[in-house]
Amino acid sequence: MKIHEYQAKELLKRYKVPVLKNRVIFNAFDAGKITYDEFESQGIGTVVLKAQIHAGGRGKGTVKNIETGQPIYLFDSPVRGVNIIRNGNISDKVYQYSREILGNRLVTIQTGDEGSVVSKVLVEEGVAIDREFYASITLDRTTGKNVIMVSTEGGVEIEKVAEETPEKILKEHIDPATGFQQFQARSLGFGLGLAGEAFNNFVKFINNLVEAYEDLDCSLVEINPLVLTNEGKMIALDCKMTFDENALFRHPEYMELRDITEEDPLEVEASKYNLNYIKLDGNVGCMVNGAGLAMATMDLIQLSGGKPANFLDVGGGANPERIANAFRIMMSDKNVKAVLINIFGGIVRCDRVAQGIIQALNTVHVNMPVIVRLDGTNAEEAKLMLSKSGLSFKVAENFEHAAQLVNDVMKN
Amino acid sequence: MSVLVGKQTKLLVQGITGSEGTFHTSQMIEYGTPVVAGVTPGKGGMLYGGKGDIMFKSAVPLFNSVSEAVKKTGANTSVIFVPPPYAADAILEAISAKIKVIICITEGIPIRDMIPVKHALDNSTSILIGPNCPGVITPDEAKIGIMPGFIHKKGNIGVVSRSGTLTYEAVKQLTDLGLGQSTCIGIGGDPIIGTQHIDAIKYFNDDPNTHAIVMIGEIGGSAEEEAAAYIAKYVKKPVIAFIAGRTAPPGRRMGHAGAIISGGKGTAEEKIKALREAGIFVVETPAKIGQTVLDALKSGSSTPKRKQGRPPKSESAVAKTVAPVATGEAPKRRQGRPPKKLWLL
Repeated sequence: MKIHEYQAKELLKRYKVPVLKNRVIFNAFDAGKITYDEFESQGIGTVVLKAQIHAGGRGKGTVKNIETGQPIYLFDSPVRGVNIIRNGNISDKVYQYSREILGNRLVTIQTGDEGSVVSKVLVEEGVAIDREFYASITLDRTTGKNVIMVSTEGGVEIEKVAEETPEKILKEHIDPATGFQQFQARSLGFGLGLAGEAFNNFVKFINNLVEAYEDLDCSLVEINPLVLTNEGKMIALDCKMTFDENALFRHPEYMELRDITEEDPLEVEASKYNLNYIKLDGNVGCMVNGAGLAMATMDLIQLSGGKPANFLDVGGGANPERIANAFRIMMSDKNVKAVLINIFGGIVRCDRVAQGIIQALNTVHVNMPVIVRLDGTNAEEAKLMLSKSGLSFKVAENFEHAAQLVNDVMKN
Repeated sequence: MSVLVGKQTKLLVQGITGSEGTFHTSQMIEYGTPVVAGVTPGKGGMLYGGKGDIMFKSAVPLFNSVSEAVKKTGANTSVIFVPPPYAADAILEAISAKIKVIICITEGIPIRDMIPVKHALDNSTSILIGPNCPGVITPDEAKIGIMPGFIHKKGNIGVVSRSGTLTYEAVKQLTDLGLGQSTCIGIGGDPIIGTQHIDAIKYFNDDPNTHAIVMIGEIGGSAEEEAAAYIAKYVKKPVIAFIAGRTAPPGRRMGHAGAIISGGKGTAEEKIKALREAGIFVVETPAKIGQTVLDALKSGSSTPKRKQGRPPKSESAVAKTVAPVATGEAPKRRQGRPPKKLWLL
């Protein structure tokens, strides 16, 4: 589960991880007013205005008009996802920028061409930066331990650093038996070339960050950039935080942090029924039980000349209602031109799945080919039910036959 | 012969009185699995014969703790159906009671809970399968987990897979072609699991009754690459592999917490490349898993023919590094030198 930068920074504050003074704002008028009241009139001459969306790459992203799709310019330069506002009159400028950003689309390298509609901005005080670093904590799957990574190459894409100059990324694994140790914090600090007060501040910073990561059940905390200010302070200038979804039961308060406007409406709808749905941009919808088989079915569609329109795992306890809901959600994607249902009944009984499909087709109008492949527990009864239903299905005998049927449909 | 579970198994069910535990215990007993004990703290001393409309063929004695159950019944294998908040504790209890094979079916255990489990496991003699897995079955001997027993057939193909229903699909294709299985291991789709592909491959390699190995992987992580490097070096039996998720977009978790392409790592292409270079038969379409195994066995070779095996042009740089070995005495598999680069993650 992803959260916004402003939410992550609020959480970091609780763990004494230094962040700059900031305010999240939902409309342009307030943005101007708050900037005046809390920043400009307090003697702060530079602020940074940051669009709050879940995707990264905001600094280089462009804001585009929600209707025309045209890039928006202000003061002769393109409006970005992150804008530095300075040289006087900052509250008025924040107002003008916010008016252009809020309600429009921000397109970054991570959002795709569609972009994300911005509904919140963060106003943050500016700071004089001496150096920029990178810091993150995540799980290293090969060792089964959490790993802390820092780098002198802050503010840039860390994937690039990992690829081109991997020696510039320093790592320390957290031993599950002993926890994070001070010698490890020191080793990272010295590795970054820090000394004196900056070094001491870094050690405190990284200790607190580890505590936050573990306490909050994160699967990722990434501070990029982590900055050293001219006064020797270490500050998290940006923060990306992701929670381990399996641990949500320990943190009911996280439900308030979820921003469903950042998610695909169909995916949100699907999650209400405990369906695992991910929208893709293809033309063949598929409905499968089990994640691995769902991925394999998507692959099969592609190999058969189609393109998967979605990932949809109806899970282990698929009853008729769930199947019917899954069907409805899958069909509400307008790009879907054909449907492949692939169920391997283990615990799930195929006859109950067939019942759900028939129920769905009696309520949702479908005017496209529906290919059904049911195998495993009670598959024969299920096939009989489908053929007796009076509805038109293409029943596949096995996985290979299903592929052939998809291929036939795609050719026509 | 078989691996991990079989006639020697004496099974203990942790969380036997829950609805999942009850249902699957009845199925396992039905299949002929020797279930010797159940553990539900607080219900020790009772005999449990099912609930609702599920009745066991024979009742199972309940114990308050795993160690007590082990002492009284000699249980050597445990299967866990305990809900996610308590599942890590259940695994740790089984490790502490020195259970040999622990199979955790539970889906949704937090990473923070699994880190200490992995640590305890590394310092123990127990083997953990899962969590978030369908279990392990040795056809006609023992079914431990939630897989449908009837699709399996006794035979000589070892199957290891990260997925549930995709494993059933693969097994069904094998059975339909008359290819029985020695043991099928579902290792699970979580980021932290006990037994990895490479471990399962080792078990199968050492099992005289396993003549060929099917490995079903998926995007995310680097477990398939590590297994490929091991296979290139040590495995003489034919290995047939399929990787699910060629069409999966990066950055999205495809159902399994572990099935995610992040930072450009863990793609299907990378994995398939590593498999090919290790001399593994790669299944092109999931509809032909069984057929590929049959073809591999018919070819009488443990690796694909040169024509198939030679990687396409784009991979030639890596191919060159292994070519001298392949041309020496023309061994079927490029032995002794695992492909460089790919598994050094």
